[in-house]
Amino acid sequence: MKKNANSRGSLIQRLVLAPYSLWAVLFIVVPLFFIAFYAFTDSQMHFTLHNIRNVFTYRINQDETLPYYVMVFGRSLKLAVISTLICLLLGYPFAYRIARATPRTQSILITIIMIPMWMNFLIRTYAWMVILQDKGILNGGLALLGLGPIHVIGTETAVIIGMVYDYLPYMILPIYSVMAKMDNKLLEAARDLGCNGFGVLRRVIWPLSLPGVISGVNMVLIPSVSTFYISQKLGGKMKLIGDEIEEKYTNFDFNGAAAIAFIMMILLLVVMALLQHRANKRSVA
Amino acid sequence: MKKIIELKNISKAFDGETVLDNINLDIYDNEFLTLLGPSGCGKTTTLRIIGGFETADQGDVIFMGERINDIPPYKRNVNTVFQRYALFPHLNVFENVAFPLREKRVPKDEIEERVNEMLKLVALSGFEKRGVNSLSGGQQQRVAIARALVSKPKVLLLDEPLAALDLKLRKDMQQELKKIQKATGITFVFVTHDQEEALSMSDTVVVMSEGRIQQIGTPIDIYNEPKNAFVADFIGESNILDGVMLRDKRVSFSGHVFDCVDSGFELKEPVDVVVRPEDVDIVPEEKGMLKGVVTSVTFLGVHYEIIVDINGFKWMIQTTDFVDVDEHIGLYIEPDAIHIMKKSEYSGMFGDYSSFSMELDEIGELEEAHLEELSELGETDASGNAESERAE
Repeated sequence: MKKNANSRGSLIQRLVLAPYSLWAVLFIVVPLFFIAFYAFTDSQMHFTLHNIRNVFTYRINQDETLPYYVMVFGRSLKLAVISTLICLLLGYPFAYRIARATPRTQSILITIIMIPMWMNFLIRTYAWMVILQDKGILNGGLALLGLGPIHVIGTETAVIIGMVYDYLPYMILPIYSVMAKMDNKLLEAARDLGCNGFGVLRRVIWPLSLPGVISGVNMVLIPSVSTFYISQKLGGKMKLIGDEIEEKYTNFDFNGAAAIAFIMMILLLVVMALLQHRANKRSVA
Repeated sequence: MKKIIELKNISKAFDGETVLDNINLDIYDNEFLTLLGPSGCGKTTTLRIIGGFETADQGDVIFMGERINDIPPYKRNVNTVFQRYALFPHLNVFENVAFPLREKRVPKDEIEERVNEMLKLVALSGFEKRGVNSLSGGQQQRVAIARALVSKPKVLLLDEPLAALDLKLRKDMQQELKKIQKATGITFVFVTHDQEEALSMSDTVVVMSEGRIQQIGTPIDIYNEPKNAFVADFIGESNILDGVMLRDKRVSFSGHVFDCVDSGFELKEPVDVVVRPEDVDIVPEEKGMLKGVVTSVTFLGVHYEIIVDINGFKWMIQTTDFVDVDEHIGLYIEPDAIHIMKKSEYSGMFGDYSSFSMELDEIGELEEAHLEELSELGETDASGNAESERAE
């Protein structure tokens, strides 16, 4: 009896949890259900596989080798992976540096990382437009040095810069939090047992920080695959998969939008599951 | 015997606070040497300077005749067993022990062989594939020892390695460490604040206080011939009294003149007199050299610990005979039970049991342990590190 009561939680526990459960159902489960529903129905709400099939077959010109949406998704994935890698390369040493600083310096550095996040990301993206424009701040600066001008706005590089800027904190923070908990004695032990600085990094710091790296990668890769606004503002006419979904919604093609979103979600879930699996394996071993 | 490590005029300060003050110490090949002292005496800092984790502000560290002040830890032929073992949580037992060998690119077969040999030495054969977090404290300790010994260092540094173990396990590990040291012939430098541990394991004990070495000697020397009041008080229990040397082998204290075995002091030189609680015999009052009143009696199993008030000075006496509180008794002291010390800066600070209480002692120890934990929490960075060392 008692065990049963425990496993179901007391009445109070359930009452306390009720608002959250309700919130989760209303804003997570129900929308997911709608996406799946729209993806497999037509505008008359009849079941159809047409939307899904369309994602894999639609071509703007029939002579293109890859279907249109596969191509766009490929481009989104490519830019997201590049951005994630850059975030990792920039964020990892920075996170390490913060974790090794004095507590006071740590909180200052963390605040500095957080400050851009206090601003709306639309505004941040506009700022980058101003910087990267052909007659923008970047080229103005280069001209002062007698260099340039270079054309960045409207290229993949501009989109990557925007994404790295927006998502870098999400890479730094989880890695930092893992590193801050790392026992300094372990690093000393590694040095004692024959590791030079690089050896300590490779054999102790890196493997122990992997859980942070994996959640950082998750938090950067997933939103950057589905990003849409940055590409519109910084990428010129370039479209990413998020832009396609947005465009279909704004054109009231809910079924088509839902089909793309549905497939993307499945793909991302697989990626996340793989990453998580790897993280679990690490922490067990 | 061959000197393996020499510390010459080592001084070290953290944030202007002196932690080590002119330390001179020779460590010989093959010996089991213990740095013993209370928290904050500088013993761990000394160890860290030998290991290469701290650099001395002044002085030289000589290793087998060579100055190694600026040699980083990974190039020193010295390994450390850390206080809380510092095992790598992402590696299993085998890989933890193999860690230094893999760094040196030792061939696979040889790694296998040497790791297995080490695990056998610490009685952990069969645990190769276990995760280190699934092991008990004692087992983790053995892994740490195996890992530190596998690359055959000349010297093994042990930083309070038994502090986290319970009493029974600790006694076993003391025996085992001693056995391992004998079997491998490696010099052990052992840090502890536990005087019993130091006495039972060491060839040489170095007693430290306030960043200075108070005495270096064999356990028996240190116990029987403490150099000053600090050492006498820190090693075992002692009654320390103000006395005056009347002439060679005659000393006066507590209003009585005693025969003793020490000589070589000035005429009428004021001295500190040490009498160990177990060296005092209780006799009927009229036959006693000293007379006093029992103020408390504590039963400790092997013996009673009684506090006796003699002219306002409280003595501790250990006896197997039962006496009652308020009883008037006499004390009889053999000449060789009296140890005479020169006066020092520690005179008058120790050796009176008027404020003695077992409970207070325990509270003090708890606080000490708590402080250590706190300092360990702040150890994520260089300055936090320095702080914890100072606390140590």
